[in-house]
Amino acid sequence: MTAREIMEYDVIVVGAGPAGLSCAIRLKQAKPELMIAVIEKASEVGAHILSGAVIEPGPLDDLLPGWRDDPPPVCIPVEKDEIWLLSQKGKRRLPTPPQQKNHGNFIVSLGAMCAWLASKAEALEVDIFPGYAAAEIRFTPEGAVGGVIIGDMGIGRDGRQKDTYMQGIEIHAPITILSEGVRGHLSKQLIKKFDLDRDSDPQTYGIGMKELWRVQPGKSKPGLVQHTAGWPLDGNTYGGSFIYHLDKDRIAIGFVCGLDYQDPEFVPFEAFQQMKNHPMVHEMLEGGEILSSGARAIVEGGYQSLPKTEMPGALIIGDSAGTLNVPKIKGTHQAMRCGILAADHVAQTSAVEGFDARLRDSEVVRELYKVRNIRPAFYNGFWRGFIRAAIETVTAGKLPTTLSVHADDSSLQKLAGYTAPDRQWVDRDLPPRDRLASVYFAATEHDEDQPVHLQILEPDICSTRCVEEYNNPCTRFCPAHVYEMVEDGGSRQLQINAANCVHCKTCDIKDPYQIINWVTPEGGSGPNYQNM
Amino acid sequence: MKILVGIKRVVDYNVRIRVLPDGSGVDTDGVKMSVNPFDEIALEEALRIKEAGKADEVIVVSAGGDECQQQLRTGLAMGADRAIQVQTSEALQPLSVARVFQKVIEREDPGLVILGKQAIDDDNSQTAQMLAALWDRPQATFASSMEINGESATIIREVDAGLETIEIDLPAVVSVDLRMNEPRFVKLPDIMKAKRKPLEVLSLEDLGVAVTDQIAVSHFTPPPQREKGIIVEDTAQLVQELKNRGLL
Repeated sequence: MTAREIMEYDVIVVGAGPAGLSCAIRLKQAKPELMIAVIEKASEVGAHILSGAVIEPGPLDDLLPGWRDDPPPVCIPVEKDEIWLLSQKGKRRLPTPPQQKNHGNFIVSLGAMCAWLASKAEALEVDIFPGYAAAEIRFTPEGAVGGVIIGDMGIGRDGRQKDTYMQGIEIHAPITILSEGVRGHLSKQLIKKFDLDRDSDPQTYGIGMKELWRVQPGKSKPGLVQHTAGWPLDGNTYGGSFIYHLDKDRIAIGFVCGLDYQDPEFVPFEAFQQMKNHPMVHEMLEGGEILSSGARAIVEGGYQSLPKTEMPGALIIGDSAGTLNVPKIKGTHQAMRCGILAADHVAQTSAVEGFDARLRDSEVVRELYKVRNIRPAFYNGFWRGFIRAAIETVTAGKLPTTLSVHADDSSLQKLAGYTAPDRQWVDRDLPPRDRLASVYFAATEHDEDQPVHLQILEPDICSTRCVEEYNNPCTRFCPAHVYEMVEDGGSRQLQINAANCVHCKTCDIKDPYQIINWVTPEGGSGPNYQNM
Repeated sequence: MKILVGIKRVVDYNVRIRVLPDGSGVDTDGVKMSVNPFDEIALEEALRIKEAGKADEVIVVSAGGDECQQQLRTGLAMGADRAIQVQTSEALQPLSVARVFQKVIEREDPGLVILGKQAIDDDNSQTAQMLAALWDRPQATFASSMEINGESATIIREVDAGLETIEIDLPAVVSVDLRMNEPRFVKLPDIMKAKRKPLEVLSLEDLGVAVTDQIAVSHFTPPPQREKGIIVEDTAQLVQELKNRGLL
């Protein structure tokens, strides 16, 4: 093998999301002489971004004063908040908790907003490279992070070099900023290598699924923000839906559920589809069409699970670190603040040391501390969680206790001895019919002739222990139907339809044996979300 | 020898095309745009000819608004030497595009023009043929292989009967088919180099091209939705259901 080509930068940002782009913009504003590269695995900026999204504009005001005169492509001021508790057919309006009041906030497409932020960054001469996956960390001889290695392209499924083979280059930089989003695959390795989560609880996650609809004229009420709790989930499963009314007869609808659910037979995708068939929602969507759909894991551990965010040569920021505020159902403002804070730190000190302390002393972590007990309170069911959440909210998190957080992969119950609750699910008639029909709207694309990017570390477990203990939950929790068990001469074998993958990372998180390892496919592969 | 390659900015082939509710066109809001895949193949072939020492310069040309500079930059990153953008805010029809190329040819005097056999958005497959007529030079369409031999070229064309091998004199227009080659990945450092390569912007007036439309598009309609199916119990019911629908 020939030596890899090398490019040198002052700072490398991995991932063109709100955290990474805010960091790059702020850094270039402060020190225009710095050479900054942003690496993005999606074929273009925003194509792998999926979020609600209602955002707090504070960090945007800070980063780009005057942005309101040149707003991102989808940007609708929130007019009204509603929270509904659903039963199978009924609904009850709940009071809006203070964290969820959205006056002054905006409904955006985070994907479109990131593309917009990327254009701002490029105007400042940040080099953004979409279509290239940062596949590995490059370490310096001293053992510090010293940049990234771009994945090779043009490798066949069997590992051979195809005619189009192109060796990935090394990008060297004294400072690497990891802003890969939830469960970043490099961040995951570095947290382990540097033992960054030594003093924190395990990280926890949810899965969010979203569809963008064009509805019949008059059905969308621009600026209306609706959330639901209750049906179709049982009281022991944390989650709910969001329904954001956009302009141009569009509605963004989504469903989130905690990946600490216990039922091995639970299908999160089906819960989302059930919710759409509630009379209140069905009425909005009927006669409309899906424009785009997809899924992404959400980081929920908050304050207790926040790992150390600095290590020699690198910082972890945004959702990769886990700064999302669960009770607010918002992570963008936190991610952007992280990016800005990291940029300020690097601009002032030209080093990473001291960033973690600075982050913990910032409004980012102060905000997480206040709400730290709300999400874990729901471990004991919806109503107990609801009451505890109310207490925590009234006291602004000043009670001295801190509830601990458990890992998601440990929460799944074994089939034997578990009885699923009656979910009162209904026959449904809105599209998509199933997960394959849904993936179609994600426009996901992977060259079939490349190594499978979902590595099964111990394949024997799938057809033996897992069949008996959990009945292969990967075939159900994956929202894109990547995992299938197929009959093969009397035994069941795992088949991985990697080309369907929408890069949500749920499998990497929820697999009870922790034997699924998500790695980057060929750069440019994956979903091609539109205004998600 | 200079080679001229046409580059069209089109909706990416992975995107699910959606007709606007009013039927006036196709929804491009937030949609990923790319180089027309056949144009990428054309450029790859031009680059291989240059790398084989049979051409000195590869020039990519596109007609469109400033947004098409993105696709020209992709062409430069793949390896083209320079780019020409012919500025226009209107969507040009094939005859106008051919006239634009004819004028660029007059300025650049290329030995070969390689185009995609068609654009994946309008599927016209007309520009190469019209250009050859306007330029009064040979054309080789739907080429799947090409060999330059000095003043002429041997082209293999994909036709209904199989593969047709023809010999054409240069300069000529070649339109390429899918099996010609597999375009290369862009090397990351080449993206940086592409930023420094020359990109010339010309107006239709500079070239002296008057745009005329020969075709008026009345409206677009999406393909009919598939109706919901039913599961029949037996052949008797199948026959009955077919009869009910007047299909039997």
